[in-house]
Amino acid sequence: MPVQETRLIFKHIDAAGYTNDLDCYLRHGGYEILRKAVQQKPEELCEEVMKSGVRGRGGAGFPCGMKWKFLDRKSGKPIYLICNADESEPGTFKDRQIIHKDPHQLIEGILISCYAIQAKTAFIYIRGEFPEGARILERAIEEARSKNLCGDNILGSGYSVEIFVHRGAGAYICGEETGLIESLEGKRPYPRIKPPFFPAVLGLYQCPTAVNNVETLCHVKHVIDMGGEEYAKIGTPGNSGTRILCVSGHVQKPGYYEFACGDLTLGQLIHDVCGGLRPGRSLKAVIPGGSSAKILRAGERYTGKLKDGSSFDWGLEDIPMDFDSLMAVGSMAGSGGVIVMDDSTDMVEALANINAFYAHESCGQCTPCREGSLWMKKITTRMSHGQARQEDVDLLGNVADQIAGRTICAFGEACSWPTQSFVLKFRDEFLNKARAQAGAASTNGNGAVPLI
Amino acid sequence: MNLKPETLAKIEAVIPRYPVKRSAALPLLHLVQEDAGYIADEAVEWIAAKLDLQPINIYELVTFYPMFRRKPGGRRIIKVCRTLSCALAGSYKTAEAFKAAFNCGLDETSPDGEVTIEFVECLASCGTAPVVMIDETLHEKVDGERARALAVEIRQAGGPASAPTA
Ligand SMILES: Cc1cc2nc3c(=O)[nH]c(=O)nc-3n(C[C@H](O)[C@H](O)[C@H](O)COP(=O)(O)O)c2cc1C
Ligand code: SF4
Ligand code: FES
Repeated sequence: MPVQETRLIFKHIDAAGYTNDLDCYLRHGGYEILRKAVQQKPEELCEEVMKSGVRGRGGAGFPCGMKWKFLDRKSGKPIYLICNADESEPGTFKDRQIIHKDPHQLIEGILISCYAIQAKTAFIYIRGEFPEGARILERAIEEARSKNLCGDNILGSGYSVEIFVHRGAGAYICGEETGLIESLEGKRPYPRIKPPFFPAVLGLYQCPTAVNNVETLCHVKHVIDMGGEEYAKIGTPGNSGTRILCVSGHVQKPGYYEFACGDLTLGQLIHDVCGGLRPGRSLKAVIPGGSSAKILRAGERYTGKLKDGSSFDWGLEDIPMDFDSLMAVGSMAGSGGVIVMDDSTDMVEALANINAFYAHESCGQCTPCREGSLWMKKITTRMSHGQARQEDVDLLGNVADQIAGRTICAFGEACSWPTQSFVLKFRDEFLNKARAQAGAASTNGNGAVPLI
Repeated sequence: MNLKPETLAKIEAVIPRYPVKRSAALPLLHLVQEDAGYIADEAVEWIAAKLDLQPINIYELVTFYPMFRRKPGGRRIIKVCRTLSCALAGSYKTAEAFKAAFNCGLDETSPDGEVTIEFVECLASCGTAPVVMIDETLHEKVDGERARALAVEIRQAGGPASAPTA
């Protein structure tokens, strides 16, 4: 049965004749929802977001309404909104599309969100490698200002708000919300320890701050448009709304696709939506939610009970692509980046590639993360280059197991999950590598490309 | 410091955006690097003074954030994504092709000063892997053959680096 995309956020992305300027956006009903929103009470908007159940699309999947509720409104300090446009979790490329092709949707989402939480200033923190995206957003903000949609007394509502674009400079850790805040304050992006530095209480300039992903803020616009209850009817309970999935790796049609949460399984995504694998190849493994999500191995079976008490018995291809199901099989939906690997992939090299990323990106504050990510990289790179030892397999597991839970930020978990899951699930391949090498330069057979 | 008047104007415009001056550190570093091509010691001191900071407060940024360079690069900067999705699509071979075409290694500037070639981490365009950024322009599906073609284009373009696409 073919599955239908439900395009809410990506409704106009890649549509013929749709351009990223204000006129085009207005022709498609743009800023009407903002117009309605500023006539309502901010608390009512927050209530709708709460009812919608919309969960954060940046990685952690935390309910947006709840996050906003935690904002410390009693402090009397200004409240800030930060749009996290750092998009740097490997395998993720959805925010780029929104920024480049429909920037006003994001700006409208930000303005509505600012009004809802009564923020007077919003910053869009955009990764440094999106220079074009930063220019597009700057222009969109100017266009919005020229129509009194942004700036002083917007649409005669008495409410004023400014949005600024702030560029990062190539460091992944700026995606972590407290690292981002430090970076925005002009410092090294060293994540802050929580407690006490929860952004909702002690965020930017020690003021209450909401940090939300680009896609999340776009969802807010649709929540306010439809009403929270109506929005919650899309998807499944606890996994409301649509989800953008970014598929890369060994499929025929990689790309970005938007579905109602839980509407399709991983198998449908790979075979029906993405045209299956390359000819003559079979599925080996999938990383379902950005590079830090634990890997899933083809042929595995997953059994257990879901939150609602129902039991499940799934193969890899049966897993519904929603937050709770992916959590139930021991991985995560994360940022929506699905990386597919076929049987040509050397898993030791693939892990070495991921480990090189984390070793490069650790901010270095915490010893377990800094040293652990470095050694996991060194060991897997050495194994890839002809010097694998049997005992490396357990050594890797040992190093990885000593990071999670002992660090300031969730990067610690993020960098240990790939090693933990690869070594557990592909133990045979890691051991075979060591056995087979005995002096050979590389066992990456099948004419595959080098990964490290 | 010998910055262009446009750069100085942009610097003056960006500082008041922030309630705390120090927040303008990254924007100023970007502006100076766009103007001068890299961040010299003199620039570190100049930016620090501009924001009422100590030079160490700026120095610790240029030594942390990968996008800032401490010395001049080639006329074009080629950034090849090496992270998993691009690697699965052959980005290590793409890098080899650029290295061979310009006769230099990674993190090096070619002998003719034409390019600096670097590996970078995921550029958030994994669906069109392997991807490469040349200055500010993203190039998609750059396999070895496409890399060689781009190298020819770069050589033919000669002259000053092309302006980033609008
Ligand atoms: C190491 C690390 C990197 C992250 N990178 C990003 C990122 O690139 N973009 C993003 O939106 N969130 C990222 N996050 C999640 C943010 O910390 C934060 O949870 C998110 O921006 C909140 O927005 P949301 O609730 O709308 O998802 C990252 C988290 C960690 C621990
Ligand atoms: S866990 Fe890693 S990235 Fe996070 S603060 Fe510690 S050293 Fe930095
Ligand atoms: S891995 Fe290269 S763009 Fe994401």
